[in-house]
Amino acid sequence: MRSRLPIRISGAALVLGVLANCSGSQNVLAPASDDARLIALLTYWLFGVAVIVFFVTIALLLLGLLLSRGGKERPISFRASTALVVTGGVVAPIFAIIALTLSGVMIGDETEGPRGEAGPRIEVVGRLWWWEFRYLDEAGEVVAVTANELHLPVGKRARLELISDNVIHSFWVPNLQGKTDLIPGTHNELYAEPAVPGVWRGQCAEFCGIQHALMGFVVVAEPEPDYQAWLAAEAEDAATTEGPGFDVFMKYGCGDCHTIRGTEAQGEEGPDLTHLASRRTLAAATLPNTRGNLGGWITSTHSVKPGALMPETAPEAAELQLLLDFLESLE
Amino acid sequence: MTDLDPALDLRRSRHDPVPEHLAELERTWLSPPGFLGWFTHVNHTSIGLRFLITSLVFFMLAGLLGLAMRMQLLSPLNGFLDPDTYNQVMTVHGTAMMFLFAIPAMEGIGIYLVPLMVGARDMAFPRLNAFGYYVYLIGGTTFFASLFLGLAPDAGWFNYVPLSNRDYSEGYGIDVWTTMITFIEVSALTAAVELIVTIFKLRVPGMSLHRMPIFVWAILVMAFMILFAMPSVIVASAFLMMDRLVETQFFVAEMGGSPLLWQHLFWFFGHPEVYIILVPALGIVTTIVVTFTQRPVFGYTALVLAIVGIGMVSFGLWVHHMYTTGLPLLGRSFFQAASAMIAIASGVQIFSWIATLWGARIRFATPMWFVLGFFGVFIAGGLTGVMVASVPFDRQVHDTYFVVAHFHYVLVGGAVFPLFAGLYYWFPKATGRLLHEGLGKWSCAIIFAGFNVTFFPMHQLGLEGMPRRVYTYLPEMDWTFLNQLSSIGSLILAAGFALTLWNVIRSLRHGADSPPNPWHAPTLDWATTSPPLNCNFARQAVVESRHPVWDWSRDGKRGVVDGLRSDRRETVVTTLLDARPQSVQILPKPTPWPFFSAVIASICFFGLIFSPWFYVAGVFGTFVTFVFWFLPRKREEVV
Repeated sequence: MRSRLPIRISGAALVLGVLANCSGSQNVLAPASDDARLIALLTYWLFGVAVIVFFVTIALLLLGLLLSRGGKERPISFRASTALVVTGGVVAPIFAIIALTLSGVMIGDETEGPRGEAGPRIEVVGRLWWWEFRYLDEAGEVVAVTANELHLPVGKRARLELISDNVIHSFWVPNLQGKTDLIPGTHNELYAEPAVPGVWRGQCAEFCGIQHALMGFVVVAEPEPDYQAWLAAEAEDAATTEGPGFDVFMKYGCGDCHTIRGTEAQGEEGPDLTHLASRRTLAAATLPNTRGNLGGWITSTHSVKPGALMPETAPEAAELQLLLDFLESLE
Repeated sequence: MTDLDPALDLRRSRHDPVPEHLAELERTWLSPPGFLGWFTHVNHTSIGLRFLITSLVFFMLAGLLGLAMRMQLLSPLNGFLDPDTYNQVMTVHGTAMMFLFAIPAMEGIGIYLVPLMVGARDMAFPRLNAFGYYVYLIGGTTFFASLFLGLAPDAGWFNYVPLSNRDYSEGYGIDVWTTMITFIEVSALTAAVELIVTIFKLRVPGMSLHRMPIFVWAILVMAFMILFAMPSVIVASAFLMMDRLVETQFFVAEMGGSPLLWQHLFWFFGHPEVYIILVPALGIVTTIVVTFTQRPVFGYTALVLAIVGIGMVSFGLWVHHMYTTGLPLLGRSFFQAASAMIAIASGVQIFSWIATLWGARIRFATPMWFVLGFFGVFIAGGLTGVMVASVPFDRQVHDTYFVVAHFHYVLVGGAVFPLFAGLYYWFPKATGRLLHEGLGKWSCAIIFAGFNVTFFPMHQLGLEGMPRRVYTYLPEMDWTFLNQLSSIGSLILAAGFALTLWNVIRSLRHGADSPPNPWHAPTLDWATTSPPLNCNFARQAVVESRHPVWDWSRDGKRGVVDGLRSDRRETVVTTLLDARPQSVQILPKPTPWPFFSAVIASICFFGLIFSPWFYVAGVFGTFVTFVFWFLPRKREEVV
């Protein structure tokens, strides 16, 4: 049985009004895992101690400044000065350093380690500028590939293997876990274990080029059975593999970059679109997944995201409707 | 020239055949007038002021870029700057603030003040000094101009590989960064060598190490830090330059290189860099605290040890910029403890200042206001610094706006506030005029308010998940209000700085004449006219304590060095520890050759972007100019 620290984040947030926040979408102080909860607790402690030290120091300074009012010097003795410097400048910081280092090591060990019930292994691949998630089975074979939407089972510790073959990215879901970088040539991993079902947002945290700002993704935590059902559906081939919309898809070269499993569209540059219609967002968690946004994204990509690598495509109006019909059928 | 208290007046001595002696001395040390003469100046007062003014111009320009970024972030999905421009603006803002403003400003203030404070007539290598300035001026201007030529780098001031590799950054932007930064660091190295030798060898007799003003100690530590830190970034940027130009593979993972190597080399420089900027500022704060309380500083030895300690420890912290790169926890824990140790050194200083200020009759002039502003902002920044030293906490806030808030508190609080305190404090020294007190205090108050409105909300933005270096954000992220607050604050902040700019322009013409020692300061920089004589001091002083000017005004007596010639540039050389007179150094005269060397070196460095052959041309070109620079002086000139 793992220990769970009882933390009343909401109460603490009320006390520390400055840091209070209620938006839960992408927030360090709205933890949804034990890891994030521990770090949030640490945050409140660090902040609280810092506030105390700040006000005590400033109060001492002001006290010293105000003492001489009336034009008379009132210095403190050498011994008192020495005591002040030694207490404030040496003894207090040493205690702070010890507390900081111990808490850092203990919480670091607790949050970064593979403790708890092992969950799925998922490869997180940083692309320019979107996220690819590859779900692996026990043998390490890829079961399903999806983009910009990470599904995790509640209460299991998923092992995320962080991969990049281009520039450095950083995988960050503040509600669940601290961030870790995806560095070419380096094998990094991160554990994520949502404690409750929910939907949160994550975002690339290492500057990675022109569309770094909008390189987001969605995390969906579901109870284990729902997660397994989702994964099984995600592992299936596409629901529609032919028709006039698919012909438009191939005619405009979409298949050169995108994969739709079960068809000859096997491109690897762009996101896997096999179950596009089941995703919540488009364009790396930038737009809600609606028909209008999808059409807009295809035809005016670079107005939404200047510098994005996907070329703008301008099919005729009728073709576009066929294409959207097809894409919307990819449940 | 204003008259000094006879007891303090180093222009006159009863041994002097005045005034002919002084007139000849002034002729000997004269910097040639006129436009062409400008390129031959070697006097440290001239070069120091140039460094300072140039760096303040870059501060203003880089500040305007900061404003542009704040305007872009005023609302979600704003179109004020496109992402490409934003990334260039962001990169140039960061790079310019660090390399073109902060370091050169601290070097400049050191170059201007150190010889005055140690009582020397000039620095040890005046021509090298001039060379360093031109290198900085040309390199800095080229770097900044790249923004207007569309050649600006856009991979951030930290310039991480592989993003800055040829594969992901085509064009010349990154090449401009690597060549110009390497080049400008040459200037930092020359200044460092110069300052170290001047401080070690040119102090006046009697100024043993333990009588040196804290400011001089701070500059000494800064210079050593530059000496050890800069080679690291020079090596890193030279490697990157070669990766890009001649396809070496230092940082390319597929070819056995390592992207993390860049981060280690960069932060091995990058972290000391922060303290290179901070340490001289601490010296300024001590100077002002002493003068405005009219008391010796409490804990001189502790302060010196703290400054030296910061210098040493700062080289053992760099990994705290890399907590999220997947290094083992044990290793990170070591750096976590080391990072927090800075709190001891900072704490000792802050409490020593408080002990000095305690119950004193303080003169609350503008420099003191800025020092009090420094206390508020810097302590806050230091405390968030201890917070981010914690590994688990940093894994959340690393590369978010929390860190942006933190380092602006440390850098603006720790460097800009003291620098402005210093500006108001030494302006009379450099110009002979006082800055306007009313404008100065308003400026300080507005800067303080504007700064906090701009940067305090960023702490919360970071905790709410806003990453750094983003050109925009989505409306549904709920970051809009705090960003608007921050953008409004940035306008207030800019207004505060503009007020000081106006104060400077106004006071240059209409400022009240300053007495020779307007603040009744204890250090030698105030024991001469304002602005200083060409030769700094007609008679070099002999000092017997840490506060020579206070001694002289108390005793009505002073000692001077006698026997220096007035028909050539001479200054006394003393021993390193005790400052016993050793010999006399003959310093070189004005010359344009450092300027020509710098021009040739600049052309070759810039040309490297386009062809490696410029390297070869540069070696020969600068060699020729060096020959003229070092051409032995004729016998009659020497004697």
